[in-house]
Amino acid sequence: MSAATAAPRPSAASIRSGVLGQTWYMTQRQLMAIARQPAYVVITLIQPVIWLFLFGSLFRKVVELPGFTASGTYLDYLVPGVVVMSAVSSTMWAGMGTLEEIERGTLNRFLVTPVSRAALMNANVVQQGITTAAQSALIVLIGRLGGAHYPGGVPGLLVLVAASVLLGTVFGACSNALGMLVRQRESIIGVNTFLLLPLTFLSSAFMAPALMPSWMRHAASANPVNWALVASRSAMTADPDWARVLGRGGALLALAAAAVWLSTRTFRAYQKAV
Amino acid sequence: MTSPAPAVAAHDLTKRYPGGVTALDGLSLTVAAGTVVGLLGPNGAGKSTTVKILTTLARPDAGTAMVAGRDVLRHPDRVRRAIGVVAQKSGADPVATGRENLLLQGRLYGLRGAALAARTAELLARFDLTQAAGRPVRTYSGGMQRRLDVALGLMHRPQVLFLDEPTTGLDPQARTAMWEEIGRLAGEEGLTILLTTHYLEEADRLAERIAIVDRGRVVAEGTPADLKGELRGDAVHVELAQAPDPVTAGLLRAALGEFAGVRDTVVDGRRVSARADDGPATVPHVLAALERQGAAVASVTVARPSLDDVYLRYAGRRFHEADTAPAPLPAAAAGGAR
Repeated sequence: MSAATAAPRPSAASIRSGVLGQTWYMTQRQLMAIARQPAYVVITLIQPVIWLFLFGSLFRKVVELPGFTASGTYLDYLVPGVVVMSAVSSTMWAGMGTLEEIERGTLNRFLVTPVSRAALMNANVVQQGITTAAQSALIVLIGRLGGAHYPGGVPGLLVLVAASVLLGTVFGACSNALGMLVRQRESIIGVNTFLLLPLTFLSSAFMAPALMPSWMRHAASANPVNWALVASRSAMTADPDWARVLGRGGALLALAAAAVWLSTRTFRAYQKAV
Repeated sequence: MTSPAPAVAAHDLTKRYPGGVTALDGLSLTVAAGTVVGLLGPNGAGKSTTVKILTTLARPDAGTAMVAGRDVLRHPDRVRRAIGVVAQKSGADPVATGRENLLLQGRLYGLRGAALAARTAELLARFDLTQAAGRPVRTYSGGMQRRLDVALGLMHRPQVLFLDEPTTGLDPQARTAMWEEIGRLAGEEGLTILLTTHYLEEADRLAERIAIVDRGRVVAEGTPADLKGELRGDAVHVELAQAPDPVTAGLLRAALGEFAGVRDTVVDGRRVSARADDGPATVPHVLAALERQGAAVASVTVARPSLDDVYLRYAGRRFHEADTAPAPLPAAAAGGAR
C-alpha cells in the first residue's frame, strides 16, 4: 500500500485507517490485560455459576406458584436473569480500571501521543462489549449443561447477548464517567454496592413480574436492567413477540448511546482538568 | 551555534487550577535546538505544569508556546508527533511485557512491520532490556521501569524529549546509570532535552543551561557556571541552635550587613546565610556578632557557591525548605537531614 512514500509522516491512508486500527490496538491491550489476570477471569465466571445454581436450587419451586406464567423450569427462567445481572456487575467496575490508568499515568502517556481520542474511548466500549458477550455466552452454555432449555433457539440467545452487551455498555460508560469525575475508588464502590442488588431485584431477573407487588412492577418497568430482561425473555420464547423485543432493545440502544456520549464528555472534562 | 528556531519557546504561560492555586504566573522559557535544559525548582514550583502544557496535556489560561516550531494550542497533534515524553509516573502497562509496551507505542505513531520490530529490538538492546523484554513490566525493578519509560519516549525518534523528574524514586545506583544514559542521549544529533528536576546535582550534572523556577515563574536562567559565577565570593552558612524570632532575625541581618565584604544576608529558619569576599576571614567576625545578639551557634560552614546558593539568591529561600513548605516560614526544628 504505502509503496514508495519517502515521507516519514504517515500517509493519508494510514491516518484514515487510523481510528479503527488504533481502536483495535487499544482494545487488544485491554483484553490482554484481562487475560493476564486469570484470577479475575475465574472469579467473574465462577460468580455467575454460583448464582445460577444457588438461586436455581433455592427457588426451584417458585415456578409452581400460581401466577408464574413462564413455561419450563426455574433454571430456564433464571439463565437470562443471571446473564443480565452478570453483565451489570462486571461492567459497573470499569471505572476502577480507568481510575487506575489515570493514577498510573497510562492515560496521560497515551494523551501525549497522536493516538485518536476517539480510539481511546472506543476501546473501552469495544473491550467491554467483547468481554460481556463472552461472559454471556459462557453462562448460556453452562446453563445448558445444567439442563436449561432455550426454546427461542439461536435468535433468542443472540438477543440475550446483544441486550447484555448494550446494558453492559450503559453501566461501563457510566462507571467510567464516574471514575473520571470523582477520582475516588470509594465513590465507585459505594455507588455500585448501593445499586447492584436493588437494580437486580427491581427487575424480573429472579421473579416473574406477575408475582411482584404492584409498586415493584412499576419500578421495574423504568429499570433498564428489566428492559434487557424483557427483550431477552421475549426473544427466547418459542413464539417471540418481536415488537416487544425491538421496543425494549431500542430503548437500551438509545440509553447506551447516551451513556457513551456522557462518558466522552467527561473524558473531555478530564483532559481540561489535567 | 547557528541554531535556527528554538525547540521550545514559551511566553507568559499562566495557569490557575480550580480552587485558586496559581501554578504558572507568567512563565517564559526558550530552549535552543539540540541542547539540554534543566527546569530546576522545588515541588509545586510549576515545573510539571509547564511540561504538561508543552506536551499538549494541559492548556494554559494565557500565554503561547511553540514546540519544535509547532503551536501547542493550535496544532497539538503536530506537536505530539514531534515530542517524546517521559512523565513522572511511568505509565507503562504493568501486565504487558516490555516488548509489548514498546510495540504498542510504536503502532500509535504509525510504525508497522519490520520497521517496528527493528526499532523495538534496537531500543531494548540499547536500554539493556533485551533479557527482560518478555517479562511483564510489573516484575521490573525501578531502574528497569525507568529505562523502559525513556525507551517508550524515544520510540518514534522525537525531536524534543521531555524528561519530568527522570530519577525521582530511584536508588543511587540506578540514578547514576540513568544520568549516564541521559548524558549519552544529549550527544545524539539534534535531540533537544527539556528536563525537570528538583535535584540540584542532577541539573548541575546534566543540563547545559538551567532555568530556575519558583512560584510559577522563571527567576533565573543561564549555564550552571554563569549562575554560580554571578555569586561573588564564598557562601557562609551558620546553623543556629534555634530559630530566632522575627525581631532578632532582623537585628542579626543588620549586624552582619555592617561588615565590609559581606552581603546577601538571609535568615531563614535556623539558617543564616551570607556571601563574603573572603569566607574564612569573615567567620570569626560573624560568630562574634551573632553572639552579641544572643544567638547560639550550632555549626558554621564556608563553601564555594553551589546551585543551592543560586537558588537561595533568586528565590529568597533555601531549596529544601522551599521543597517542603509553600513559603519560607520558620519551620520549627525538623531540620532537613539531607
